[in-house]
Amino acid sequence: MSNEAVLHAPAEAGLHQDAHGDHHHEHHHHETFISKYVFSQDHKMIAKQFLITGMVWAVLGGLMSVLFRLQLGYPDSTFPILQDLLGKWAEGGKITPEAYYALVTTHGTVLVFFVLTAGLSGTFANFLIPLQIGARDMASPFMNMLSYWFFFAASMVMLSSLFVETGPFSGGWTAYPPLSALGDASPGSKTGMDLWLISMALFVVSSLLGGLNYIATILNMRTKGMSMTRMPLTIWALFFTAVLGVLSFPVLFSGFILLIFDRNFGTSFYLSDIFINGVGALPNEGGSAILYQHLFWFLGHPEVYIILLPAMGMVSEILSVNSRKPIFGYMAMVGSLFAIAILAFLVWAHHMFVTGLNPLLGSVFVLLTLLIALPSAIKVFNWLTTLWRGNIRFTPGMMFSIGFVSLFISGGLTGIWLGNSALDIHLHDTYFVVAHFHIVMGVASMFGMFAGIYHWFPKMYGRFLNNTMGYIHFWVTLAGAYLIFWPMHYQGLAGMPRRYYDYSAWESFKQFTELNRFISTVAMIVFAVQLLFLFNFFYSIFKGRKVTTLNPWGSNTLEWTTPINPGHGNWVGEIPEVHRWAYDYGKDGKEFIGQTTPVGADETHH
Amino acid sequence: MTVFLISAVVVLIFVVIFQISKASEYVSVLKGEEASRKQNNKINGFLMVAFLVLGLLGVWYCNELYYGKTLLPQGSASVEGERVDSMLWLTLAVTGIVFIGTQIVLFWFAFKYQESDKRKVYFFAHSNTLEIIWTIIPAIALTVLVVIGLRNWFLFTGEPPKEAMVVEVTGKQFGWIFRYPGADASFGKKYFKNIDNASNSLGIIWEDQLSHDDLVMEQTMYLVKGKPVKLIIGSRDVIHDVGLSHFRMKMDAVPGIPTTLWFTPKYTTTEMKEKTKNPNFQYEISCDQMCGNSHYAMKGVIEVLDQEEYDAKMASTKPYYFTAFPDKDPAMAKPADSVKLAAKPVEAATKQMAKL
Repeated sequence: MSNEAVLHAPAEAGLHQDAHGDHHHEHHHHETFISKYVFSQDHKMIAKQFLITGMVWAVLGGLMSVLFRLQLGYPDSTFPILQDLLGKWAEGGKITPEAYYALVTTHGTVLVFFVLTAGLSGTFANFLIPLQIGARDMASPFMNMLSYWFFFAASMVMLSSLFVETGPFSGGWTAYPPLSALGDASPGSKTGMDLWLISMALFVVSSLLGGLNYIATILNMRTKGMSMTRMPLTIWALFFTAVLGVLSFPVLFSGFILLIFDRNFGTSFYLSDIFINGVGALPNEGGSAILYQHLFWFLGHPEVYIILLPAMGMVSEILSVNSRKPIFGYMAMVGSLFAIAILAFLVWAHHMFVTGLNPLLGSVFVLLTLLIALPSAIKVFNWLTTLWRGNIRFTPGMMFSIGFVSLFISGGLTGIWLGNSALDIHLHDTYFVVAHFHIVMGVASMFGMFAGIYHWFPKMYGRFLNNTMGYIHFWVTLAGAYLIFWPMHYQGLAGMPRRYYDYSAWESFKQFTELNRFISTVAMIVFAVQLLFLFNFFYSIFKGRKVTTLNPWGSNTLEWTTPINPGHGNWVGEIPEVHRWAYDYGKDGKEFIGQTTPVGADETHH
Repeated sequence: MTVFLISAVVVLIFVVIFQISKASEYVSVLKGEEASRKQNNKINGFLMVAFLVLGLLGVWYCNELYYGKTLLPQGSASVEGERVDSMLWLTLAVTGIVFIGTQIVLFWFAFKYQESDKRKVYFFAHSNTLEIIWTIIPAIALTVLVVIGLRNWFLFTGEPPKEAMVVEVTGKQFGWIFRYPGADASFGKKYFKNIDNASNSLGIIWEDQLSHDDLVMEQTMYLVKGKPVKLIIGSRDVIHDVGLSHFRMKMDAVPGIPTTLWFTPKYTTTEMKEKTKNPNFQYEISCDQMCGNSHYAMKGVIEVLDQEEYDAKMASTKPYYFTAFPDKDPAMAKPADSVKLAAKPVEAATKQMAKL
């Protein structure tokens, strides 16, 4: 079948549910339940596995935040149900400090790594890379499968750490030693920390297997005509995400190895001059606790962009499709992604301005950190210009993309405050920081993820999500996110520190009782609305409105040239050839021109 | 019971939303999907601009409610912190303008360019002029902020004035220990393996003569109004952080690696009580680095005094050396009792913190 034939293939092809049949590329093995749904090597199924595992973790992590917000909002009340749920961790219906810190720590770890890394880039890199570049699967489907199962193993170990007697790790998601190295300094740093480290090590393996695969696939497996500069921005973003992960996760891993040695084998990489009450002076001398922070943040900062870039890529794509207008400044968008990816490696010490860092070094990091504002500004202005004089369709995916831009602006601007060391010296580790990173990294990326789910759900399951529930989900979540995190800036400007179990004993911070209660209440409502979304998701997989046309959004990219329910191998017949970039919307009076359409002789150049 | 009631209400709301959502799908089939889609588009377009207006009002209202509860109205309690505040205002002005401008543009565009059968999309793929404009303008604004920021940064992290007093601050789970150098203006050496909670909480090497007039106190640090102070910060166990939000300063306490911080208090504690109209006002030291399960209770207090009050306070405090070796204390007649007496306040303080 020629490319033309594929392109103009009638709708029957779309109804043809299984691409396997007669195709010579395919493995002809018979698919069993196990090989199709469990140990699947189909990138689309692996993407769904990542997504659903990520959702389970999002519910758990979100529930944890509801529980500790209960403590922050109602520090004087008791809730008998908590004792039923948590047992000795909520004796008498009040969460203990141990449990509070364990919840905060696990919430952070799980949301950052399991939900917004695995759940976000794991899902969409797997799902979109082969479909949008025109490949039948990843470079190594087997490695891809392993990537998911290592993630699954990491999940299981992390989950089991919740049930150990001394409790899960409770020293904050950054796990700074000596606290994380010494079981005698905190009960959570005993078995819970061992399990945390094992889980994270497995997770690093998972990300590396996935990341290498994404890079290899994007570089080698693009279909004919799909030059790098014709790739949709989603793919560019996922590419840089994978590069960031591959280069920075090993450094984190090395930091963890040293920590494992310090914990178990008597080394002193991070330990020196320590006297623990009840134990006495430790033998360790000569280590540097700050070394860990350098190793951690060398991943930790790129990690922020590992979370954010896929959301940026998907938002660029969805904004363009639903404005029926090309993305403004495609090359500038790629260039700014590239600049962000490079700078991501050069700013890690801005998390360490108050550790006693050499001031000159600190000043270099101020400069490099604030430089990130430039590519970020370019991206924001380009998104705004993309909307200008468009013809906007408010699909739920589009609305979440607009919400993403709004949140990225709000959270990004406070980064200019915190990146300037002389201001950070006041605001560091206050609620200002909590507000900043939750808006710009947490909620914004979550919005990117929701946008992606709403937009590509028809491709994933051949059905639509319910729009009305989508609109409710969007408006409540957007308003809720601002109601929760906006007032936290004011708490930060009062110097209120993060990670406090109770503020009532503090003359300087106790004035926010009512505000804390308000925030906790909104957090619960927002959490409930996420359950509505989950219901919508699972209900629509089976009962949603069916997709009846190949290209429901009128989109240019290749995934919409596959059958409605593509089988393993994605295209029936040959992979289509690409003749143009992905953003010919509204050109020459045509609503959209797919990437597979050859450039006409009379077409204008842009 | 209330739990069940709340759950029942939540489930009920869910069912209602679900029924409405389902019904809306059927209605759209009856009305024609295209027509109902366009109607939804109009509603959401209107909500976009409604959200913008309500959001901006919300920003204003939030400020009305909470501005007074921040530290900004009372101003910085240290001379250096004033620079933090002025920088903060400038940064707020720059980012505030961008915030309001871009949010208005975003939601206004969303509303204005909502789908309409009449509009023809403007094919606009790139413009180098525009890209250059919105690279250069932020670059200039940022350069200004960086220059101001770094000037302050080098002042904060640079050497304190020569007349500055020095206090050593040590964090431990979960409290603070302060050491003053005494009359000789020098600290005696210390080694962590000498630490003994009863008589040598810092591990001071008593063989070092310089240590004999060092004063050690827990929980409260005394400073002098108008006199720069340099803190030499360390930790006995895990990483802590000396958070001084009234002075706009903060520095980690890292075991094995001393850090420093300096500032000049502007008001005595008594003056601040009047200034804030809060008779309970205290300069609090908050631990700002997660340090264990009682992190939230790791509180220290700074009392800023006039020079005379400070001198009197110091004169009335016995060097720590005599706590360790009461028999060497010339003022002590009965050495046996004094050990208990001197140790007790320290113990009591530790217990109090443990309770918190």
